[in-house]
Amino acid sequence: MAMIDLANPSRFLTFVNRVLPWLAAATLTLFAVGLYRTMGAPDDYQQGATVKIMYLHVPAAWLGMMGWGLMSVAALGTLVWRHPLADVAGKAAAPIGAAFTFICLVTGSLWGRPTWGTYWVWDARLTSMLVLLLLYLGVMALYWTAEDPGRGSRAAAVLALVGAVNLPIIKFSVDWWNTLHQPASIFRMGGSAIAPSILWPLLIMAGAFTLLFFTLHLAAMRNEILRRRVRSMRIMQAQEIAEAGA
Amino acid sequence: MSALLALILRDVRLAVRVGGGALMGALFFLIVVVMVPFAIGPDLKLLARIGPAILWLGALLASLLALDRLFATDYEDGSLDLLMTSGMPLELAVAAKAIAHWLTTCLPLVIVTPLLGLMLNIELNAMGVLVLTLAAGTPALTFIGLIGAALSVALRRGGLLLAVLVLPLTVPVLIFGVAAANAAIVGPAPFGPPFTILCALSLASLVLGPIAAAAALRHGLE
Repeated sequence: MAMIDLANPSRFLTFVNRVLPWLAAATLTLFAVGLYRTMGAPDDYQQGATVKIMYLHVPAAWLGMMGWGLMSVAALGTLVWRHPLADVAGKAAAPIGAAFTFICLVTGSLWGRPTWGTYWVWDARLTSMLVLLLLYLGVMALYWTAEDPGRGSRAAAVLALVGAVNLPIIKFSVDWWNTLHQPASIFRMGGSAIAPSILWPLLIMAGAFTLLFFTLHLAAMRNEILRRRVRSMRIMQAQEIAEAGA
Repeated sequence: MSALLALILRDVRLAVRVGGGALMGALFFLIVVVMVPFAIGPDLKLLARIGPAILWLGALLASLLALDRLFATDYEDGSLDLLMTSGMPLELAVAAKAIAHWLTTCLPLVIVTPLLGLMLNIELNAMGVLVLTLAAGTPALTFIGLIGAALSVALRRGGLLLAVLVLPLTVPVLIFGVAAANAAIVGPAPFGPPFTILCALSLASLVLGPIAAAAALRHGLE
C-alpha cells in the first residue's frame, strides 16, 4: 500500500485497525524493557533514587513539545491542502500533547521538591512549558466552541502555527536565561553529558513514550473519524425526518 | 497607502463618535488600577514596588477588553466582506484596523499612565520611562490580540475564548515590559536589554499578527 492511499479516511481506518494492535504490543514491550533497565540504573550520588523521576519527566517533556510540532505540521496540511485527515490529526494530537505536557510539569514539580527545595519556581524553562500547556488548553477550547468541525480545525491550525513560536523558546530557554533548570545535557555539541548507564534506559523510555504517543494518537484519530461520521449520519437522518415531515 | 490611511481614519472616527466607546478601555484601566490598592492595602512602599506590574497588567486587560469588537461590528454590517473582496491585501487591511485599534484603545492608556503612576507612588522622574515601556509594548498586545480577534470572529464566539487564546501569547510582552519598567524604576539591572527585546516583540508581532489574522479570516469566513 502506497503512502498516498492513506490519505483516504476509509483506507486509513483499515490501516489503523491493522497496525494498532502491533503498535500497542511494541509499546508494552519497550515499556517493560525500559522500566526494567530503569530499575537497574544507578542512583545519583547526590539525589538518590529521586533521579529516576527523570525517566518519566524528560520523555514527557519531549513528547509535549513533539505534540505541538505534529499539530503545526498538521496545520500546514489543513491550511494548504485542506486535507480532512490533517484536521483529524491536529485535533487528535492536542489533548495527548496537553496530557504529556501536564505529566512533565507534575513530575518536574515532584522532582523539584527534594532537589531544589520547592515545587515551583518561575524559571524560564518551567514558565515556557506552562505557557505551552495553556496554549494546548486554548486550542482545545477552540475545538470545543466551534460548531462546525472544519471551521474549528482551520482556526486551530492558525493558532497552532502561531503557537509554534513557543517551541524554540522552550528548547533554548535554558541557554538564553541562566536559571535553576539544568541546561541541555543530552543533545548538545560535543556529545551527551550523561553516563551511558543512565542514558540508555532514558533513550529506551523515550522510545516507549514515543510509541505510546503514536498509539494513542492513531486511536484518537480513528475515534475522531468515527465521531465525524456519526455526526454527519445524524445530520442526514435529521434532514430525512424533516423532509418526510414536510 | 491612501486606502490604508482611509481605513485607519474610518476606524478611528467610528471609535471616537457616539457609540464607539474609544475611552472605555482607558476607563476600565483606571478602575482596575484603582481597585488594586483596595485589595492589597494602602502601603505606599509596596505599591511603588509592584506599581509597574499593576499598570502593565491593567493595560493588558484593558487592551483585551475591546478586542472582540475589532472585527465583530464589521462582520455584522458586512463591511468585512467588502474589505475581503476589495483589491487591498487583507494583511494590510487587517493591520490598518489594528493600528486604529491601538490609537483608540491603547494610546489613551499610555496617556493616562502618569496620572495612575502618581496614585501608585511611582517617582516622577521614572514616569517617562514607564510611559515609554507601555508605548513600546502595547502595539505587541494589539497585534497579538488581532490574531485572537480574527479567530473568534471566524468562529462567531468572542469574550472568554478570546482571552484564553490571547493571554498565553502575551506572556513574553508582560515579562519584558515589567522587567524594563522595573529596571528603570527600582532596578539594579540595566534598562537596555529588556527594553530592546520589548521593541523586538512589538516589531515581530507587527509582522506576524496581520499575516496570521488574515489567514484566520480567509479560512474562517467563507
